[in-house]
Amino acid sequence: MSREAVLHNIRRAISERGVRGRFELPQRPAAPTYGEGRVDRFTERLVAHACTWEAIDSLEQLPERVMAWLESKGLAPRMAVAPPLMALPWPDVVERHSDRAGITEAVAVSLAFGGIAESGSLAMYSGPQSPITHNYAPEFHLVAVFAEDISDNQEGIWEKVRATGAMPRALNLIAGPSRTGDVEQTIQLGAHGPRQVHVLLVRAKASTS
Amino acid sequence: MKALPGTFDSRAAVALADPSLQKALKNFKPLFVAKRASAVAELEGFEQLRETAAAIKDAVLSELDTWLERYAAKVESLGGHVHFASDAAEAREIIREICRKANAKTICKGKSMVSEEIGLNEVLEDDGYKVVETDLGEYIIQLAKEPPSHIIAPAIHKTREQVADLFEQNHPGRPREETVAGLVNEARHALRERFFQSDVGITGGNFLIAETGTSVIVTNEGNGDLTQTLSRVHVVTSGIERVIPTLDDLSVFLRLLARSATGQDTECYTTLSSGPKRPGDPDGPEEYHVVLVDNGRSKMLAGRFSQMLRCIRCGACMNHCPVYGAVGGHAYGWVYPGPMGSILTPLFNGLAENYDLPNACTLNGRCQSVCPVKIPLTDLIRTMRNEQVKAGLMPASQRRMMSAWGWVARQPGLYRAFEKLGSKMLRLRAGRSGSIASLPGAGAWTRVRDLPAPSGPTFIDQWKSRGGQS
Repeated sequence: MSREAVLHNIRRAISERGVRGRFELPQRPAAPTYGEGRVDRFTERLVAHACTWEAIDSLEQLPERVMAWLESKGLAPRMAVAPPLMALPWPDVVERHSDRAGITEAVAVSLAFGGIAESGSLAMYSGPQSPITHNYAPEFHLVAVFAEDISDNQEGIWEKVRATGAMPRALNLIAGPSRTGDVEQTIQLGAHGPRQVHVLLVRAKASTS
Repeated sequence: MKALPGTFDSRAAVALADPSLQKALKNFKPLFVAKRASAVAELEGFEQLRETAAAIKDAVLSELDTWLERYAAKVESLGGHVHFASDAAEAREIIREICRKANAKTICKGKSMVSEEIGLNEVLEDDGYKVVETDLGEYIIQLAKEPPSHIIAPAIHKTREQVADLFEQNHPGRPREETVAGLVNEARHALRERFFQSDVGITGGNFLIAETGTSVIVTNEGNGDLTQTLSRVHVVTSGIERVIPTLDDLSVFLRLLARSATGQDTECYTTLSSGPKRPGDPDGPEEYHVVLVDNGRSKMLAGRFSQMLRCIRCGACMNHCPVYGAVGGHAYGWVYPGPMGSILTPLFNGLAENYDLPNACTLNGRCQSVCPVKIPLTDLIRTMRNEQVKAGLMPASQRRMMSAWGWVARQPGLYRAFEKLGSKMLRLRAGRSGSIASLPGAGAWTRVRDLPAPSGPTFIDQWKSRGGQS
């Protein structure tokens, strides 16, 4: 068995160097915190990563704001919507589904598990309530995140994940639209994932959440 | 991949005479250095993070077997499969078998240096699979049938015009694109269908977390994420040294990685994957495999180069290396270029076969000063030279020269006499200008620059005249 062979070679190497138990795991430095400025730091980093954002008072306002955003971009009201957002008061014209996103998917509307002020990242927790394909396949990604779900740092998100009792199959930290610098180191947005990411910052938890 | 033909010397000569490559290198170098410096300056406590990261790595490596077993047990408890491969051939076989069982046709790949190391693409293509590199840089060099020349930016040696030529040849029916935006868009369209057709998605694993049985990739393009999300089977290829204990340790490394690699505070996408699709999940892979590759790493762990196993493959060392900046990655002849390659390549592929690599270094130490995990790269390069000498690999001419110098250096009177004579002759040759435009025996040096002549009395003479003790 290769597993045994590899582990055996590792054990032999460790014992030859006599290092087992000689090094302790270090104390990690404290992660950055922002106190009252947490949400401002988050939105500042969103912009730094080429996201756009707007604040809304409650999730009920989401459909109206999403429609206005789509209209400003000249996009048709067809979209993949995260299951928890399907029952919001969407206008009748909206064609929406909550299955996995397909190859022609133009727009997805998601609900983030949390946000990270340190880096302006959105944390997406995969599962039946949050299809992972919605994060990558569409050209335009609109993401709602509750202000109270924004942590100072990544460690805050790990804590929230541990509190759910299980690691999701996929946890995606997203900082802005997809980009590449592979042609002459010129940064170009929209490499393979979304070309634009628009964040809707929800000030208060609403009853539909 | 197979090592490129020739020696560092011969490949460097080709690189120096390649105007496109020189143009590309001229553009790249200042950009990466400046971006890293400003990203590092913006984060308080970067030095402390480097210390911590090095200490985490040393602690894990000192009990690597235990951490790997913990990690593997966790992955398996989530329904994933963990395979250990002793060498490159075994790793290739494991992956071929996974692809066979999956009845695969299309295989999409995210960027993985380990898959380059084990020469995976060649065997999968020989088996008849459609293998598609999805990182834009990797896609470009796959079309060009070239190896990567940088671990973060594999096509850094290609100019925009060369990319436009490649796309024009390989995307029939599309008008030629000339702009960066147009080329990126063209690649997006060309690869989109491939992502959705992919049967097996192969990615690297920047970090493996023992606490949660998680593999982590970081990308800016989202290609690795689409690859592993849309494929029926996800295969992670990773070196055995990539395991870390917890999610909180991951944060230490993530704060260092993006800043060191690309000068960003974070990459666009950080994706943590733990096992296959679960009941009720609308998407995600049905199978999840991790292939842990030894391929000489356990041997490295035992020897004088174990600190090299701290490496997180950020590329900062090559971005700051004046030699890499002059000749680019292909001169190094294999997967890992720059200072890290000068140590890794001889360890993986043989000290004798890669004699030039550790010697193609000025020991200026810039690499070491920016390494996020504080690998003492110049010390290791010096140690590597030492190993080469001990193994009797130094060419006879060099050995004779060093012996002669060593003998003279042990006769202080004679040494000083030679020193005075040499200094005087160089001053004479330089004349009033103070610099020498050509010197017999040092033509390689003076062909591209002048040699400054010694400006006055020798160090020992100055030392004595100031009352120093000899």
